[in-house]
Order: sequence, then structure tokens, then C-alpha cells
Amino acid sequence: MIKLSLSDYNAIVSHARDNLPNEACGLFGGIICGGSKEVKKVYMMTNIDASPEHFSMNPEEQLAAVKDMRKNGYVPLGNWHSHPESPSRPSEEDKRLAYDKTASYMILSLMDKENPVLNSFEISAVQSKKEELEIK
Amino acid sequence: MTITVSGKKKEYPQGLTVKQLIDAEDVESPLYVTVTINDDFVKSDEIETKVINDGDVIEFLYFMGGGC
Repeated sequence: MIKLSLSDYNAIVSHARDNLPNEACGLFGGIICGGSKEVKKVYMMTNIDASPEHFSMNPEEQLAAVKDMRKNGYVPLGNWHSHPESPSRPSEEDKRLAYDKTASYMILSLMDKENPVLNSFEISAVQSKKEELEIK
Repeated sequence: MTITVSGKKKEYPQGLTVKQLIDAEDVESPLYVTVTINDDFVKSDEIETKVINDGDVIEFLYFMGGGC
């Protein structure tokens, strides 16, 4: 299970909407307690692809986020990106580029602009499994 | 020499290259990894030859990308 605060969820949705029609992306760090992940901080990244169909994170921002997590005592828990026009599920490209089988991969669908859908996945060897996501 | 790798201090012999460190640290999916030394990004064509110095701070950053 992974827990995300409502304020962080709203920040993700806001950043994704601000970046339309392109995909938006970010990282999140936090703590792992009793096998449950808790997101403590979400980092908004620049999609250097500036594309509605692809994303690549800005490496300088990524470095800054990793250092900030360490400074705050958080561990990297995973990353998120938006799908402006497709469902909240990993694409083949998402699965191919998911190198970390311990990470959570959150995907926000904005297909229905008024009703965003956020799911979290664990991806291993191009297999994806939805994980329980608690937002509150 | 003492270097810091992903936030942890470690001992390695002098003359260590970035490639040797990647191998020694058993970095997963090294083709998708960018390395920084003291916040400077190591160019991909320098991975084999770039020598790490005592006191350097190393980070491994995984490429993060995808598509819909």
C-alpha cells in the first residue's frame, strides 16, 4: 500500500493540468513503515520532452530532489507522470523504462479533465501490478 | 580514498574510474544511469576514463521517462 495526502494529490493534478497538452512528471519521497509506503513530499519536474505522448525528467531537477529527500530523511519511493489523453495504466514504454521493481509508478489520467484518475503500479520485468493507493 | 556514494561514505582504491565504480556498486541497468561527481554531470563518453578523487561525492541518477 502507498499513502498520499490529499494536498499532494491536488498538487499533482494541478501541475498536470498546468502542463496540458503535454505530459507532466515528478518524483516522490517519503518513508516505508511496516511494508507500507507513505509519501511525505512530491517533487514537480520539468518534462524535457515537452510532449503529449512522452516524458523525460530534467536530470538537474532530479539531482536536487534526491538531495532534498536525503536532507529530510526520506527515501525515494517512486515517480509519477500524467497521461493527458489515455487511461491510468502503464504503457508499453512505461513498462520498458521502469528499471526499479521496488518503486511505485503513479499515473494520472486526464482523459476526463473534470475527473482525474490516479493509480499506482509496481512494475517488474515488464509486468505491472496495481498497488493499493490511499489518498486522504 | 574515501568517497560518498549515494549519501554513504565508502572506501575505494585511488585511480578508480566511474565505470569501475558502477561495476563495484552493482548498479542496476547502468545504461539508464547518469552519474554526477560533486554535482557535475559526467558525460557518457567519459564514463570509462573519468577518475574519481578522494572526497568526491557521487550520485547515480536513473533515467526516468515513459510515454502514453
